[in-house]
Amino acid sequence: MNSPRRTPKETQAIVERSLNRRYWAERRFRAYGFAAVTAGMAFLVYLFFVIFSNGLGAFRQTQIRVELYFDPAVIDPAGTRNTDDLLAADYQALIRGALKAKFPDVEGRVATRELSRLVSGSASFTLQRRVTADPRLIGTRESMWLMAGDAVDLFMKGQVDRKLPEAERPLSDQQIAWLDKLKAEDSLELRFNKTFMTNGDSREPENAGIWGAVAGSFYTLLLTLLLSFPIGVAAAIYLEEFARKNRWTDVIEVNINNLAAVPSIVFGLLGLAVFIGFFGLPRSAPLVGAMVLTLLTLPTIIIASRAALKAVPPSIREAALGMGASKIQMVMHHVLPLAMPGMLTGTIIGMARALGESAPLLMIGMVAFIVDIPKGITDPSTVLPVQVYLWSDSPERGFVEKTSGAIIVLLAFLVLMNTTAVILRKRFERRW
Amino acid sequence: MDTAVEVERAGINLKPSGRMPDGEVALAPIESGKTVGNIEVEDPIFRCRDVDVYYGAKHAIKKVGIDVAKSQVLAMIGPSGCGKSTFLRCLNRMNDTIEGARVEGSIMLDGKDIHDKKQDVVQLRARVGMVFQKPNPFPKSIYENVAYGPRIHGLAADRVELDEIVHSSLQRAGLWEEVKDRLQHPGTSLSGGQQQRLCIARTIAVNPEVILMDEPCSALDPIATARIEDLMEELRQSYAIVIVTHSMQQAARVSQRTAYFHLGDLIEVGETDRIFTNPRHKLTEDYITGRFG
Repeated sequence: MNSPRRTPKETQAIVERSLNRRYWAERRFRAYGFAAVTAGMAFLVYLFFVIFSNGLGAFRQTQIRVELYFDPAVIDPAGTRNTDDLLAADYQALIRGALKAKFPDVEGRVATRELSRLVSGSASFTLQRRVTADPRLIGTRESMWLMAGDAVDLFMKGQVDRKLPEAERPLSDQQIAWLDKLKAEDSLELRFNKTFMTNGDSREPENAGIWGAVAGSFYTLLLTLLLSFPIGVAAAIYLEEFARKNRWTDVIEVNINNLAAVPSIVFGLLGLAVFIGFFGLPRSAPLVGAMVLTLLTLPTIIIASRAALKAVPPSIREAALGMGASKIQMVMHHVLPLAMPGMLTGTIIGMARALGESAPLLMIGMVAFIVDIPKGITDPSTVLPVQVYLWSDSPERGFVEKTSGAIIVLLAFLVLMNTTAVILRKRFERRW
Repeated sequence: MDTAVEVERAGINLKPSGRMPDGEVALAPIESGKTVGNIEVEDPIFRCRDVDVYYGAKHAIKKVGIDVAKSQVLAMIGPSGCGKSTFLRCLNRMNDTIEGARVEGSIMLDGKDIHDKKQDVVQLRARVGMVFQKPNPFPKSIYENVAYGPRIHGLAADRVELDEIVHSSLQRAGLWEEVKDRLQHPGTSLSGGQQQRLCIARTIAVNPEVILMDEPCSALDPIATARIEDLMEELRQSYAIVIVTHSMQQAARVSQRTAYFHLGDLIEVGETDRIFTNPRHKLTEDYITGRFG
């Protein structure tokens, strides 16, 4: 060696001098990491704050209490109790009557119309449903909560400025005076918004619900999982364990990696052209959405599964083969259980991406305005991210909080899904 | 894929020993296939002739011919990378799993070529069991480890019979007393020596004719090693055993015949006593006297 001869003391001194520098590098790196994590957390907290402060209102809805008289003369003047007659009755008149009973001094068409606008147009359908379900209600009196109109809801949530000139407000001075009176009588309050959790989409903010999108997302993702997990795992096992390693498998591997980076809207166009255009599958259906999302998540699952298979120690394979296990037995009995946690991790990542994906679903018509709750994989439906997109685009003021509310539901869905997956993965994890 | 990487993944070290003093040992070029000593035995279980193994372009085993006798331990010794593990893995066709590996020549098990098209590799491995260098129990319970072989081969008609096979296999592997109360514990929770005996129990549960052992004690301490060696002495009453070992003392202790490999050539074969007291080939002598290795 050509290094100069040093005494141990000299060597020690050199080491000592370098120590400081080394520790500094470590401290610097830690500081970077800490700063990055803190900044990330701050953004996250801000995001959550904004979403929750905007969105929590969506889960509560203003309702008005009225004494309702199910007047036989209005509902069923002929006394037939025939369902068709009951459906055709003028329930709006019942509500008008109940409101007038609260404010007897209101007179004239204009004032009456303003008064009845306090209650949502959908309240008459609620009454219609109740009466047709149980005609014995007719002739009885009941104190019940009716859904308020969206302007009243905004008013209760503090989003109507009383100081603005009357013409620039959604509520007139007279209406505000009525509302104040109702409030004083405890007949106006914010109650849990069952409608939001059970309804499908609507043009009226107070009637719009998230459940259609939740059901759509549920069907779509369930089907995506059922399609992409088995196909992805099987593809990974074939490529990793059975396929000969040659130029073709190299080409396939490169292309799978490339597919993972293809913009998602391209998959949507593919789905439109092939599944809908060529195979004639229904538009806007979770079935087609799931097939498109399967194409989207497959590369992720295959790549993660192959990595998980590669990580299984060769000693386990040799042990199985040495025992006389066939190749498929070796894979199924020993390699697959050990690789399962890694495969599930890939699946979680893929499914989380699928849940948040909206662009490819726009292409296959899942962006349509759909009021009904989907009941199966071929019913037209939409999904949560698309619902967020639709509502964020709506002009009504009431949809602002619905948008944030939908984001909260989407996040809850995501957390629920990932928790399930993590619990599943824990059960598969074993010591080697 | 790179063959060397594949081979290394399989736990075989292809690099020749760097400690070989030049000139002294590599005397004349070795003529492959000219083994000193008698390679034949009466009524062999394995009869190998002119076996060549290639890893891609590398010629790992050169024209090796040797017989394996029944009820006997055959030890294969030699410096690292001499091909003894590779040859061992030919006997149950484990080299099939290595990409780019090619085996030529004839290996007859009970008079039938193991490379014959009619010879099923799964069946072959049921007849020729293997114990590996590093204990590699399955990440399952002790019971499941032993029951796995009988189960996939359908050797037990019912649970009672399976229990009996597990019991007797563990008993013969000398592990029963230590694990009888915790058969449902994971096999990986055992100590290294116990794990290796579990692997032996797993192998004999299939009731093979030959047991191949690839340096079975190299990861174990002396006490565990002594137990495995005692076990081998017992097992050879019923099975033919072929063991690869780095330890010449171990070869001397456990085997009746010894084969010395050098860089892919089988240099010398003979009775163990004779090899260690009176080696005929210069390379064998240099190796067992510790001149290199």
